[in-house]
Amino acid sequence: MRILALAGRRLVTSLPTLVVLLIGLFLLLQFAPGDTVDALMAQIGGGDPAAAVELRRFYGLDLSVSVRLGHYLARLATFDLGYSAIYGKPVAEVIAERLPATLLLMGSSLAFAFSIGLALGVFAARRVGEWPDTVLSTLGLVFYATPSFWFGLMGIVLFAVDLGWVPAGGLEDLGAGLTGFARVVDVAHHLVLPVATLALIFLATYLRIMRASMLEVMTLDFVRTARAKGLSETVVLTRHVLRNALLPMVTLIGLQTGTMLGGSVVVESVFALPGLGRLAYESVVQRDLNTLLGIVFVSALLVVAVNFLVDLLCARLDPRIAA
Amino acid sequence: MRFFRLFLARPASLIGLVLFLVVLAMALGADQFYPGDPLDLAGRPLQWPLADGRFPLGTDVQGRDIAAVLFHGARVTLGIGVVATVIAMAIGIAVGAFAGFYGGGVDEVLMRVTEAFQTLPNFLLLLVLIAVFGSDITTVTVAIGVVSWPASARLTRSEFQSLRSREFVQAARVLGMRDVGIIFREVLPNALPPVLVYASVVMAVAILLESALAFLNLSDPNVASWGNLIGAGRAVLRTQWYVSAIPGLAILATVLAVSLIGQGLNDALNPRLRDRT
Repeated sequence: MRILALAGRRLVTSLPTLVVLLIGLFLLLQFAPGDTVDALMAQIGGGDPAAAVELRRFYGLDLSVSVRLGHYLARLATFDLGYSAIYGKPVAEVIAERLPATLLLMGSSLAFAFSIGLALGVFAARRVGEWPDTVLSTLGLVFYATPSFWFGLMGIVLFAVDLGWVPAGGLEDLGAGLTGFARVVDVAHHLVLPVATLALIFLATYLRIMRASMLEVMTLDFVRTARAKGLSETVVLTRHVLRNALLPMVTLIGLQTGTMLGGSVVVESVFALPGLGRLAYESVVQRDLNTLLGIVFVSALLVVAVNFLVDLLCARLDPRIAA
Repeated sequence: MRFFRLFLARPASLIGLVLFLVVLAMALGADQFYPGDPLDLAGRPLQWPLADGRFPLGTDVQGRDIAAVLFHGARVTLGIGVVATVIAMAIGIAVGAFAGFYGGGVDEVLMRVTEAFQTLPNFLLLLVLIAVFGSDITTVTVAIGVVSWPASARLTRSEFQSLRSREFVQAARVLGMRDVGIIFREVLPNALPPVLVYASVVMAVAILLESALAFLNLSDPNVASWGNLIGAGRAVLRTQWYVSAIPGLAILATVLAVSLIGQGLNDALNPRLRDRT
C-alpha cells in the first residue's frame, strides 16, 4: 500500500511534465506548413477555396491558437486524439491497431536484453580483468556502436536469404490462415530477427551496468558479513549481491523505454512490421500530423506508465525506498 | 601533459584515436582523392568490390563509386556529428547552469522542461521536427542537436549544485561580480570536464540518429551520406549486399572511435583510476 502511494505520488508529479510537453508540441505544429484541411484537399485532388473555408470552420481551425490549444487539451483528456485524414478513421483507432505489434516487439526485446545482459554481466563481474571479461566488454562496445538498421539488414542477408532459417519480414504468414498455437509459433518465428536486432544494442548497456553494479555491491560490508557467517558463494550471490545489484538495472528499463520506442521505428521499417514505429514513419512521409502527434502522445503515456511500474518494482526490491 | 600520457596509456583509447584520425583524414582529403560530385555516375552500376581496379569498393545501383561516397560521407557524418553536439552541449550547459546555480523556481521550471524532453522518445521528436521544418541538412543537424541536450543539462546542473556554495563563488560575489560572470567565468570552468567527456556520448548518438534518418530517406537526399547509401542499397540487398554493408562498417568504426575516445578521457579524468597507475 505504501509502495503504491509512493509510486502514485511520482505519477502525479509527471502530470505537469506531460502538459508542458503537449503544449510545446501543439505550438510546434503551428509552424508546420499546411494543416489537416490542406492535406484533405490535396488527397481529394484540390477543391475551391470556399469549401476549404467551410471545412476549416467544421474542424474548428478558424479559431485562435489559444482557443484551439484549450480544445486540444480538453479532447486529449477524454482520449480523443482527433481524426486521421489519411487513414479515414479516428487516430485512436489507427494507433490501437498498431500498438500490439510494437508492445510485443519491445517487450520481447526488453526481456531478452535484460536477462542475457544480467547473466553476462554477472559472468563478467565474476571474472573481472580476465579474458572473458575483456571479450564481453569489447563486444558490448561494438554492438553499442552499430546502427540497428544495419544489424537488421545484415541479419536478413545472412539468416533469411543465405541460410533461410527465418522469414525476412512481416509479422505473420497471412496467407496460411493459421490459428491458435500454430499462429503463435508463426509470429514468434517472424519476430526472432527483429527482436534480436532491437535487443542487441540494449544488451550492451545492460551488460555494462550489471557488471559495474555487481562489482560495486560485492565490495560492501554486508557481503563480507554474509561470507563470514558461512553462506555458500551461490547463496551470497543470488540472495545478497544480486538483489541489490538489480536496482540500477530496473531503473535503466525506465530510462530506456523512450530510446527503445525510437529504435522500434527503425526496426519495424527494416522488417516491415505493422507497428506504431512504422506508423510514425508513414505519417511523416504522408504529412499526417494528427496521427504523428497522437503517436507521440501515446508514446509519452507509455514512458510514464513504464516508469510507474519501475518505481513499484524498485520499491519492492529495496524496502528502504518506500520507508 | 600527464593527462595525455594517461589517456594514451590505454590501448583502447589509442585505437579510438587512430580510427578517428583515419575518418578525419578521409573527410579532409575527400576532394583531393575523389574530386567532383560523389553522387554522379562513375561507371557501370552494381560492380562488386575489386571487380574493377578503378572501384576498389564497387559501385551502387546508380553507378556511383562507393569509395567516393564513403570519403565524402565522412565529411557529412563528422560535420553533422560535431555541429549537432555543439548545439546540444550549448543548450544543455546553459539550461543546467542556470537551473543548478539559482535553484528554486528557476530550477523547477527548467527541470520540468528537461523532463518533458526526456519523457518523449528522442527519435520520435526528431521525426516531428523533420515533419514540421523539412529535411535539408541544416534543419536535420539543428533538430538532432535540439533533441539531444537533456542529459547534459542534468549533468551540468548537478555539477553546479555542488559548486555553487563553495568559497571561490562567495569570494567572487564579495568582489561584486555579476551572476552571469560568476556562472560562466568562475563556476563553469570547474564544472566542465565531466560534461565535456559526456559530449562524446552525445556525438556518438548524434551520428547514429543521422544515419537512421538517412536510412529512412528522411534526411537530405542531396548529400553523400552513409545512411543514404545504406538505404539505397536496400533495394538490392538480396544479391548485392555489399552496397549496404560497406557504409555500415564506416558508421560502426566512427561511432566506436568516438566512444573509445570518450571512455579514455573519462578514465584519465577519474581520480580513482588515475591513482592506480
